[in-house]
Amino acid sequence: MKNTQTLGVALLIGSIAFSGASIAGEASAEALSYTCAGCHGTNGASGGPAMPSIAGMSLAYIVESMKDFKSGERVSTIMTRIAKGYDEDDFTKMGKFFSAQNRHSANQSVGSMAKKGAKLHKDNCEKCHTEQGTVAEDDSGFLAGQWTPYLRYTLVDALDGSHDMGKKMMKKLNKVHEKGGDQDIQALLDYYASLK
Amino acid sequence: MSNFSRRNFIKAGVAAGAVTATGFTPFAIGGSKKQVVIVGGGMGGATAAKYIRMMDSSVEVTLIEANKDYYTCFLSNEVLSGERTLDSLKFGYSGLEKHGVKVVFDYVSGIDAGKQMVNTKGGKSFKYDRCIVAPGIDFKWETIEGYDANEAETTTHAWKAGSQTATLRKQLEDMKNGGTFVMVAPPNPFRCPPGPYERVSQIAHYFKQHKPKSKIIILDPKAKFSKFGLFTSGWQRHYGFDPSNPTAAGMISFVNSENGGTATAYDAKSKTVTAAAGKFKGDVVNIIPAQKAGAIAFGAGLADDKGWCPTEGKTFESSIHKNIHVIGDAAVASPLPKSAYAASSEAKVCAAAVVALLNGKEAPHPTYVNTCYSIIAPGDGISVAMVYDYKDGKIVKVEGSGGLTSTEFDAKLRAREVEYAYSWFKNITGDTFGG
Repeated sequence: MKNTQTLGVALLIGSIAFSGASIAGEASAEALSYTCAGCHGTNGASGGPAMPSIAGMSLAYIVESMKDFKSGERVSTIMTRIAKGYDEDDFTKMGKFFSAQNRHSANQSVGSMAKKGAKLHKDNCEKCHTEQGTVAEDDSGFLAGQWTPYLRYTLVDALDGSHDMGKKMMKKLNKVHEKGGDQDIQALLDYYASLK
Repeated sequence: MSNFSRRNFIKAGVAAGAVTATGFTPFAIGGSKKQVVIVGGGMGGATAAKYIRMMDSSVEVTLIEANKDYYTCFLSNEVLSGERTLDSLKFGYSGLEKHGVKVVFDYVSGIDAGKQMVNTKGGKSFKYDRCIVAPGIDFKWETIEGYDANEAETTTHAWKAGSQTATLRKQLEDMKNGGTFVMVAPPNPFRCPPGPYERVSQIAHYFKQHKPKSKIIILDPKAKFSKFGLFTSGWQRHYGFDPSNPTAAGMISFVNSENGGTATAYDAKSKTVTAAAGKFKGDVVNIIPAQKAGAIAFGAGLADDKGWCPTEGKTFESSIHKNIHVIGDAAVASPLPKSAYAASSEAKVCAAAVVALLNGKEAPHPTYVNTCYSIIAPGDGISVAMVYDYKDGKIVKVEGSGGLTSTEFDAKLRAREVEYAYSWFKNITGDTFGG
């Protein structure tokens, strides 16, 4: 995700202009989104730790993520294959559906370093992931209450170079990792798991 | 009505449990509510029941299912390897009741398409405006001489998860180190195309840990199978298999149709399978016979001469009987495979069509997805996925979408496929049976 806010708006306008020309024909937002539930849970509220909850995420974040999966810019095992079945107009429909759902907090255990993680978050992440990563309006992914294994994958991929998350985030993430190692990454994850 | 406002209606409908999603009057002409009767509470039937109620809570949905508990076939191969309990695959119907689905435990004895009535062995009759039949599979016992439903309680098929899964696990546990496990694979089309080969993988995993001198022989009436390259390279990686010499005596020996793998008879007493290539004696034998639609599909006259139920891909309405829809493994929905995810996807398309038709609207444009994971060994998973559209009256693959796990995936990504498989399990079962 790079410069999501501006890109998101531009892309949203583009999608509306071309509405009706999607790969999935006239399939409705509901029809498209219901097919996601087998992996992401009913209406995007995931009960499986490796799969993110996508309920309540912003339209721009969902569309941008799907575009990145489709192009392969965002590393994945299966989302690249799935995203290639749709175009931007379909992504916009899905984004509208899931952004209208309530954010879902995972029911998971919390590690012991949440307090340290809170400080790391405040110093490094809060600027973009505002209000502890709970609001969709900042067009960044949810952190609070998101499944830890999923968040760990995204951070591991960023740190090992398989997913470039953009200059700003990579700089902060690398800084945290260089200074505090895997332990500080875990502290961040513990903190996000502690939030609802 | 725009998508946006309709979605809000759906949300309100779920929350309040009373508002109709489509905004149509909840009462049919004559004052009674629209009735949908669903026959079979597997992945297809249960998903259709829940989603009809989510889409339009004014529709009365009655689900008739023979068993109080449902055991998922998917991940049941992990019960065979000892990686998971049979109980972890068990789901009940209380979640559907929370959605207002009326669940009736009974056997359906017949469907009267003319009178639009479903009759049960328990002596009840249920009138429907639309009926959805999701009977799953049955077996063509006549294809392997000496093997039948009765013998299957001893020499299992274990292709419907439950007691036979437990029986097969016990037989594998009791088998001596150095024993031979013979699996007879089914001809196409059949439920869960990668399933037999995940089964071999999981049993090989168990043998490798506990009975390393043991052998596995696959007798297959096909030349190749689903995820062929991924499975065989996985077997090579973990279990002793030579893709260039598949019938060689590594831990896994694959005898395909070209090498005489088509089984024709079984002698239960000596546990010997007769195939074109000769006789194969096993210490444990597992026979997965050729398949057809579940029995009720034949009773209701919904199946064709090949044994499956032809349907219209936009609504899954039977091509034979009006107002009856068939979904899941029993339906002809090619190119969708006979998988749990496809059954779920078909159920949602069917639910939307049924709700629209009951409200005097045209069935909406459908869209479908399939995703299927197989676990070769702990921390080593593979998958296949596909997006489908509906064009010119047919279900079609969306060009460029889907496909198999890349052969370039490293250990990190293959390990993730296993974690995704487990999370998929939680979410698809929650989506189907959850309240």
